[in-house]
Amino acid sequence: MTRRRSDARAGAAHGLRIARVLLSTQYATMLEYRAEIVLWALSGVLPLIMLGVWSGAEASGGPAATGGLSAQALGRYFLSAFVVRQFTIVWVIHSFEEDTLAGRLSPYLLQPLAPVWRYVSAHLAEQVTRLPFVLAMLALVFLIHPAVAWLPSPPRLLAALVAIPMAFALRFAIQWILTMLCFWTERAAALERLMYIPYLFLSGLVAPLEAYPEGVRAFALATPFPWMVHFPAQLLAGAEVPVGRGFAALLLWTLVLVPIGWSGWKLGMRRHSALGA
Amino acid sequence: MAMIRALGLGKTFRVADKQPGLAGTLRHFVQRRHRDVPAVRDVSFSVEPGEVVGFLGPNGAGKTTTLKMLTGLIHPSSGSVEVAGFRPQRRQVDFLRRITLVMGNKQQLIWDLPPLDSLRVNAAVYGIDDAEAQRRIRDLAEMLELGEELRRPVRKLSLGQRMKAELLAALLHRPSVLFLDEPTLGLDVNAQARVRSFLAEYNRRYGATLLLTSHYMADITALCPRVLLIHQGSLMHDGSLAELTNRLAPCREVRLELREPLPASTFAAYGTLEDLQGRAVRLLVRRERLTASVARLLAELPVVDLEVAEPPIEELIGQLFRREPAR
Repeated sequence: MTRRRSDARAGAAHGLRIARVLLSTQYATMLEYRAEIVLWALSGVLPLIMLGVWSGAEASGGPAATGGLSAQALGRYFLSAFVVRQFTIVWVIHSFEEDTLAGRLSPYLLQPLAPVWRYVSAHLAEQVTRLPFVLAMLALVFLIHPAVAWLPSPPRLLAALVAIPMAFALRFAIQWILTMLCFWTERAAALERLMYIPYLFLSGLVAPLEAYPEGVRAFALATPFPWMVHFPAQLLAGAEVPVGRGFAALLLWTLVLVPIGWSGWKLGMRRHSALGA
Repeated sequence: MAMIRALGLGKTFRVADKQPGLAGTLRHFVQRRHRDVPAVRDVSFSVEPGEVVGFLGPNGAGKTTTLKMLTGLIHPSSGSVEVAGFRPQRRQVDFLRRITLVMGNKQQLIWDLPPLDSLRVNAAVYGIDDAEAQRRIRDLAEMLELGEELRRPVRKLSLGQRMKAELLAALLHRPSVLFLDEPTLGLDVNAQARVRSFLAEYNRRYGATLLLTSHYMADITALCPRVLLIHQGSLMHDGSLAELTNRLAPCREVRLELREPLPASTFAAYGTLEDLQGRAVRLLVRRERLTASVARLLAELPVVDLEVAEPPIEELIGQLFRREPAR
């Protein structure tokens, strides 16, 4: 019993050391590409564009045209969606596909660490690199448009700070399943583009779910998409939101999808032909 | 107990069979055709702990595919393989800690950062504590004659420096089985020699088992007392390089320079006349008769100069591959 406990402690310390070293190394790599990351972050301003579109609708048709959301609520929602989007962007399918085709996956496979952790750490390091840019963008918007400026209450902020990484984990799990198709097709990333369409419309990136007809909203809520953007964005914006249901949905979808991704990995490894290696 | 054991190992890849041109493309789009290509067929061998074995064969012979199966990167289609007592395709942690694969045309170092950063990651992944990692880096860097290069971004290193750093990264966890696929590819003569002497030293110091593929015969002759020759996926030779040379070239070439020209019939008693140009003669003499024939030539003919040439092994192997009919 004591030995098992000390083994577990040693295992945890080993895991923490790997995480620390991987994150710091990936962060150093990301800093080499900081200009590129800023450009990528700039390409994620869709919620801010949608804010302009919906503000126009609200100005001409009043809150009735925007599902009962006021101009201020819309502003806060889309700004929150922008923040959520910045910290839930997943590109593992592209780097995995590239690594597989170029034979870079082989060295990873020969080390006693599941390659997925390298990709997870690269994403987390990239998020840290994005952070100053996101803060600067928010400050700029608040400066230009002080009416939408707000500070979430500490409990809401805390809940959002938990929900955003959970949303990232769910999005990563979904894309990891598609990524595993790289073992069967050389252009699995094309499938991700297909997946982007339901993600765009059902997640709440182009419109808050409140603006959707009841049937569409009910359908969206039965998918994992709104929990990845709409739920954490509304948490951050301080809007009415089913907190318990949101966290349960994030957790359940992740628990369902992670084993599927893991099985895909196992099956893929059997098929792996070490392309280019 | 053997460190590496392959028994009836085979790998068949399914590849798309597409005709060239637009018609072929359209036909392939509508009706995909595939064919099975056997890359490795029924290969069996074993390697003892501490042995250094060269893996020879032309491009596409199945060397790299075999190495991938031995390291667990791909699953065999048939047969079985065991390395250090493990089945590689299960990729158990204890197995991965015992092996390494160095590929001359691939890199594991992080391109934009100095090699020391990649080494830090490897040390953490393999659970080597900081002090021990520092000690190993110092020792290996000394053996590889690496210094300041470890602090320079990988992209700024020369090919030779990068390869040495790759070796350091691949060996930091002190593996007992090394699979090396063209480790001197593209290196200049000095860098090749440095890598060769490093591998020999590593083998001597740690008793590691090495299985090495290389197109540079100098790597094989310098490092490998034993060679495996693979061609079209099948093992054609398993033994020493000298045995291989004897098998491929049963004769030696004896070049003579005579004081005066002699008729061709003179040489029939010594070997097979290959060429006669005035005073210059080329004879082929069977290995087992070489000493006796040379002694007689010197004693009986007016010889000014005599040279015995061994045909280059690359040439012999090349001839063998050309002779073998495609299957």
